[in-house]
Amino acid sequence: MKKTTYFLAALLGLSIQFASAQVKKGSVLIKNATVLTITEGVLENSDVLVQDGTIKKVGQNLSAPNGVTTVDATGKYLMPGIIDAHSHLGLDVINEATSPIVAEVRMKDVVNPYDVGIYRALAGGVTISHAMHGSANVIGGQNATLKHRWGSTDPADIIMQDAPRTIKFALGENPTRVHGRGNGIQPRTRMGVEAILRNGFNEAVQYKKSWDEYNSASSQKNSSALPPVHNERLQILSDILEGKIIIHCHSYRADEIYMLINVARDFDITKLVFQHTNEGFKVAPEIAKYTMGASVFADWWAYKFEVYYSTAYNAAILTENGAITSINSDDAELIRHLYHEAAKTQRYGGMTDEQALAMITINPAKQLGISDKVGSIEEGKQADLVIFEGHPLSSYAVPQMTFVDGVKYFDIKEDADDQRLKVSPTEMVEPVTIADDHNDRCMQDTEHLFETTNSLFLLNQ
Amino acid sequence: MKRLNTTFFALLLALLPMLAVAQQLDGEVVKPRAGKFLLQNATVVTITKGILNNTSVLVEDGKIKEVGTGISADGAEVIDCSGKFIYPGMIDGGTKLGLVEINSVQETVDHMELGNFTPNMQALTAVNPNSVAIPVTRVSGVTTVLSVPGGGLFPGTAALINLNGYTPDQMYAGFEGIVMNFPSSGRRGRFDRRSDEDIKKANEKSLKEAEALWENAKSYASLSANGAELEYYPEMEQFAKATTGELPLLIEVNTVSDIQGALKWLEDKDAKVIFTGVAEGWRVADEIAKAGIPVVTGPIQSLPTRESDRYDAPYANAGKMAKAGVKVAIRTNGQENVRNLPFFAAFAAAYGMGKEEAWKAVTINPAEIFGLADQYGSVEVGKVANLIVADGDPFETKTNIQHVFIDGYRMPLSNRQIRLYQEFLDRSPGLNMN
Repeated sequence: MKKTTYFLAALLGLSIQFASAQVKKGSVLIKNATVLTITEGVLENSDVLVQDGTIKKVGQNLSAPNGVTTVDATGKYLMPGIIDAHSHLGLDVINEATSPIVAEVRMKDVVNPYDVGIYRALAGGVTISHAMHGSANVIGGQNATLKHRWGSTDPADIIMQDAPRTIKFALGENPTRVHGRGNGIQPRTRMGVEAILRNGFNEAVQYKKSWDEYNSASSQKNSSALPPVHNERLQILSDILEGKIIIHCHSYRADEIYMLINVARDFDITKLVFQHTNEGFKVAPEIAKYTMGASVFADWWAYKFEVYYSTAYNAAILTENGAITSINSDDAELIRHLYHEAAKTQRYGGMTDEQALAMITINPAKQLGISDKVGSIEEGKQADLVIFEGHPLSSYAVPQMTFVDGVKYFDIKEDADDQRLKVSPTEMVEPVTIADDHNDRCMQDTEHLFETTNSLFLLNQ
Repeated sequence: MKRLNTTFFALLLALLPMLAVAQQLDGEVVKPRAGKFLLQNATVVTITKGILNNTSVLVEDGKIKEVGTGISADGAEVIDCSGKFIYPGMIDGGTKLGLVEINSVQETVDHMELGNFTPNMQALTAVNPNSVAIPVTRVSGVTTVLSVPGGGLFPGTAALINLNGYTPDQMYAGFEGIVMNFPSSGRRGRFDRRSDEDIKKANEKSLKEAEALWENAKSYASLSANGAELEYYPEMEQFAKATTGELPLLIEVNTVSDIQGALKWLEDKDAKVIFTGVAEGWRVADEIAKAGIPVVTGPIQSLPTRESDRYDAPYANAGKMAKAGVKVAIRTNGQENVRNLPFFAAFAAAYGMGKEEAWKAVTINPAEIFGLADQYGSVEVGKVANLIVADGDPFETKTNIQHVFIDGYRMPLSNRQIRLYQEFLDRSPGLNMN
């Protein structure tokens, strides 16, 4: 009897968890906007009808079904919610810096829905962010794709549950500094980085083989075969080899990018996206042919040696060479104006409106494996939408309202200034923080590995 | 004959290396070029005297010689600017440009000297005229920047430079100021994990130190003025200039309590003061305006200083201070991306400042704040010919900056980032060797 009670209680607990993951979905009719669909051109004076979180109809003179609110967007622009393929918002910790391979750790275990940065990103029109592990490891942890459902306090509610799995890799200065220089273990060089990758994948091949052998032996009658010891780290690497996980690799220099392309080709890995990729322009034809493209900064450079030989024309060169290209933030401030970052590709390389906007919508959606669900205004897609005053590629553009699944989470006119979901009981006075350069958190939680305060310089990016 | 042949071949052999050298020097270098230029038939946005249609600007001897219609092109290189816009070059009121090449490579970081009291450290001597970031900045239309040392309480002397020239003297634009990092009660970023108590103590100690230094500097100045023979004390010799008003004091101050603290600290001091940073200026804009202290604020694209703040507080800050009557200039506080100054100004404009005021904040206002309004900050006859020609609004990313003039030099619109674009847009060899 007692056992049954526990079981029921456990079941009840489970069902509550599932119930809370039932996210809010809204309905709304947005009227008379200039609709930037991304995939199907620009529609003047058009309406978008959203029902139950899905884009039901795009057209003219649509009328609102009973109970559906209408938003007049006359003179304004409507575009799909902006997607950031590289962010660290909404995470309690970033780096598990203890080993060159930590594939077993998961960012979905450390999602923090209270991060006010999520609201601030919404105020910049960003509805989805790729919450990534840091860049301390050659093979880092598994990332989480977040939907910015601000106000939900259950981490499960802000995770995009229908997004595919992705994992963080990192090449170059960060992993070699943390492990080689910080801990005195391989990798200390870009040679070591390649060795870590190849050793890891070869071990995973053997691991998979031992499981395959066990599985076929144990299916025999009266088998006495013993299962291999479960190893989560190798299991994840094995999942990568089977194409179940998309690699998102922090990288800067052309040589290391080319190295990973070769490693991936040797192991038949095709689900590979490069992150930052400042020298991607030098190997643009290779990136275009063998990978899912690159997610880059619009103009960041020179903050460390491996980005000294950068160019703000990177995104344009990659695009013209046929690589899928997105613009990301990796930064709690930059994420607030990705529309403006995308616009810089017009200054640096003459990208068209369509190309520039694709870099913050459908292209990152492709790189995250969610382009069938979001990234454009099309009937049947999830209703993540932003209304802008002014064209979003104008430097004077101001986001007005942001919707996720048809629910409005940002309204410039109605929202209260203070958007905190909780106030810290331990801090009597609210801390005041003055901006430092490059707020990137890629190397957060690795500070203890470095002794001098001067090395704080090195912790950016 | 044979001998002639030998001579001929010997000569040829001698010449060969020269030919080879000529072949090795492939590619053209474009240099800044001085001259007399007539920028014809543009829309001239003067900043101080309205917008003039179908107007030409004559550049000669490094100055704006004439602004008007029907200017004689005699001897001048004519540049057709019909359908285009002429603006004054933009001024960034606070950067580390030229002082920091690669932020994480300490050997290239020259803006922070050791010590707490080093006002004699001269930014101008450490500015690298050949920094790769300078031509990268120039093509955005930023022609003049304040290069600012950082670090301790009085870290050094900032200098205004034009982004043209091969020596600091050629670049120097005529303004210097002594930097003070006002003792801060705020956190310096997410790495700052001191307790509130520790911050408060450090703050009080620094204020006492600043007060003592100021008093000493006053004595130093008066003794010096009275012809006393003073011990060699280069720090104090430089700092004394702030107490006499010979050099202004650029006070970096950001939080409300620090701004108010600085205003109070200044009450009994006779100094020319400019506030810099001023991230929370919007909270006490009236007090700053009342004190008549001009402000160089930024970066505009930054996070609110407090979690409870409205998301757009940093975008709106410049506009709110301007509306309260503060004279406001905008800075990037950057090194490699000073080129974003026009975009920072656009954000300030969009979030309440308005375009006209935002333009002033990157032209005539910094010129006035630095006491150089007779030379910089507008398109007016007699001023230094720092000009940009664009096919639209330079604050918009779609606009192309087509000409940049600094000190009347026509600047090359190229840099390493552009050359990489030219080389790699259509790489050769491409994917395959053959």
